[in-house]
Amino acid sequence: MSESNNNGASNNGASNNGASNNNGASNNNGNKAAGGDNGVNPEKDLGSQNLPGQRGDHGEEIRVQRGMFGANNGGDTSGYGGLVRSVRLPGASSRPYGGWFDEVADELEGALEEQDLLPASAIEKTVVDRDELTFHIAREHLVRVARTLRDDPALRFELCTGVSGVHYPEDKGRELHAVYHLRSLTHGRVIRLEVSAPDDDRHVPSLVPVYPTNDWHERETYDFFGLVFDGHPALTRIMMPDDWQGFPQRKDYPLGGIPVEYKGAQIPAPDQRRSYS
Amino acid sequence: MSASNATSHASGRETTEGTVYTVTGGDWDEVVEQAAKSDDERIIVNMGPQHPSTHGVLRLILEIDGETVTEARCGIGYLHTGIEKNLEYRTWTQGTTFVTRMDYLTPFYNETAYCLAVEKLLGIENEIPDRATVIRVLLMELNRLSSHLVAIATGGMELGATTIMIYGFRDRELVLDIFELITGLRMNHAYIRPGGLAQDLPPGAVDQIREFVKKMQKNLTEYDKLATGNPIFKGRMQDVGYLDLAGCMALGATGPILRSTGLPHDLRKTDPYCGYETYDFDVPTADTCDSYGRFLIRLEEMRQSLRIVEQCLDRLEPGPVMVGDKKIAWPAQLALGPDGLGNSLDHIKKIMGTSMEALIHHFKLVTEGFRVPPGQAYAAVESPKGELGVHVVSDGGTRPYRVHFRDPSFTNLQAMAAMCEGGQVADVIVAVASIDPVMGGVDR
Repeated sequence: MSESNNNGASNNGASNNGASNNNGASNNNGNKAAGGDNGVNPEKDLGSQNLPGQRGDHGEEIRVQRGMFGANNGGDTSGYGGLVRSVRLPGASSRPYGGWFDEVADELEGALEEQDLLPASAIEKTVVDRDELTFHIAREHLVRVARTLRDDPALRFELCTGVSGVHYPEDKGRELHAVYHLRSLTHGRVIRLEVSAPDDDRHVPSLVPVYPTNDWHERETYDFFGLVFDGHPALTRIMMPDDWQGFPQRKDYPLGGIPVEYKGAQIPAPDQRRSYS
Repeated sequence: MSASNATSHASGRETTEGTVYTVTGGDWDEVVEQAAKSDDERIIVNMGPQHPSTHGVLRLILEIDGETVTEARCGIGYLHTGIEKNLEYRTWTQGTTFVTRMDYLTPFYNETAYCLAVEKLLGIENEIPDRATVIRVLLMELNRLSSHLVAIATGGMELGATTIMIYGFRDRELVLDIFELITGLRMNHAYIRPGGLAQDLPPGAVDQIREFVKKMQKNLTEYDKLATGNPIFKGRMQDVGYLDLAGCMALGATGPILRSTGLPHDLRKTDPYCGYETYDFDVPTADTCDSYGRFLIRLEEMRQSLRIVEQCLDRLEPGPVMVGDKKIAWPAQLALGPDGLGNSLDHIKKIMGTSMEALIHHFKLVTEGFRVPPGQAYAAVESPKGELGVHVVSDGGTRPYRVHFRDPSFTNLQAMAAMCEGGQVADVIVAVASIDPVMGGVDR
């Protein structure tokens, strides 16, 4: 397919970029005229080996990216305006997970069953990627799972290294993620818990009763993402001033900045510059 | 002032730039009146954010009854600079320039932790050249010395021991001289990059480090003579800032605070990175759970760091300091020219004169950066203050999607209330000094 080759070249080779610009533009136009389809359907074609990163239908789609260079105000004259690609994070893994991951997963599932909690309802999915084990937990069961992970002698994750928020504005229903890293000093292991909350119901139960160290970490995540940790003893802003409006680390919150003149040229603010993501 | 106009202390008015709140100290009258009425000596004292014995812009809010602290809280955020947000608008390589400024006393730890996480995402952990890893370890251990020296120096100064402050900063200067020789900067180096290092060690660096190790071994004994066992020093520090193992676990405290409870938890031993499992060193502990124990641990850790530095110097073999993958390695071959450090003339001659492709590649890699496959990773290193963890998320682009630093200062500072409540006001300063918080890391 000419479209796919064109896409491959544009992403792949630095040296091809300039040359393929015109081609890309005409192909995209042709495509529009013929099929009325806005660019290449990533579901159909992105098995090609020459595309960078992990593309294709594996993993979990968090966003559909259109165009290039971060141009979203219609001013993109680069010829890539019709480009459509899906951004995917690594998806659920299946057994065996390898190494001690299976042992931890078995123990956790067993311990949850003992508490009459169906593991499948608490653990939404398990992801093994880059030698790291991630449990995606349904938020209503987070506290129970964390307490089990801390107290069960075979698991014993004593140390929580805090919570990190991530905002995926286009992952509908799962926009806000809270990511916890738990370290077991007894067994020398690290795992990750991830919970998500929709943007119109930004509530996650607080882990402060289980891991008091999360006090400030949850305040920080609330401060930056607006995630409300239910049950936190005093959920207030911690970094930003108390009367601050908005939640700065969210993707829809602008970075700010002013254009700067350098040697006669206007350099735009960092969030206005050309983006390749 | 009556309660009816209590809201007037923070009245809002609309302006063209949004709502502006004017916060006034209107409720002081009430506080003063109540304080005058009450017959005890209970008052609330703000220590900081600009107080010579707080570390940086840390604000301590103390409720004191006579000389006893009944409640203690921290106010932080005065040094928040939005580094994590800024990182999302720069390339992965430019990120090192930002993260090095977080905890400005441990720049090499920030850089290494960040680079280890990015390398994990790239899947190139095993391709980092040995020489680069050894130099990373070398710089980190020198950095541990400089960080602990500041902790001991400022801690001493806050006790009124200015001599130990002079000693600490004198010796730290020796370390910073080495950093300046190697990276060109005393702080904020951005020397460790995803994939390796910005450049190799300059000529003369190894000799200077060897000389430094000799000198430092001699100087370290001065701290022992001056402070270890000194009755005044012990009187001020023993049993002050007490936090036992259960408290450390609950509050997530790591580093010297955790090791002062007797638990030899050190990521270099328990979860080794950068080949630490192949170095020969001990993890000092104490069983006193107090400030004095933490001081002794820091002193001993400096000795152990010198041991590791010596082993690094013996291991240094000539070789590359950046991964071979030209899609990641910065193309510039840096060299010292008449106008300072920059691209080497040979490299410029090549890209400008002979190879158009090399020029395009250089331009693309520097302006656009490299792509990092989507996913997330967590990397942790044992910084002088404790577990420094980095959580990075990539969406497959040339910029980080999210970078979060779990700074040990931030987490350890939470323990301040547990250490100080019930103690004397003067001991608050000792306890905070033994936490060794650096506000650049706390607030980021």
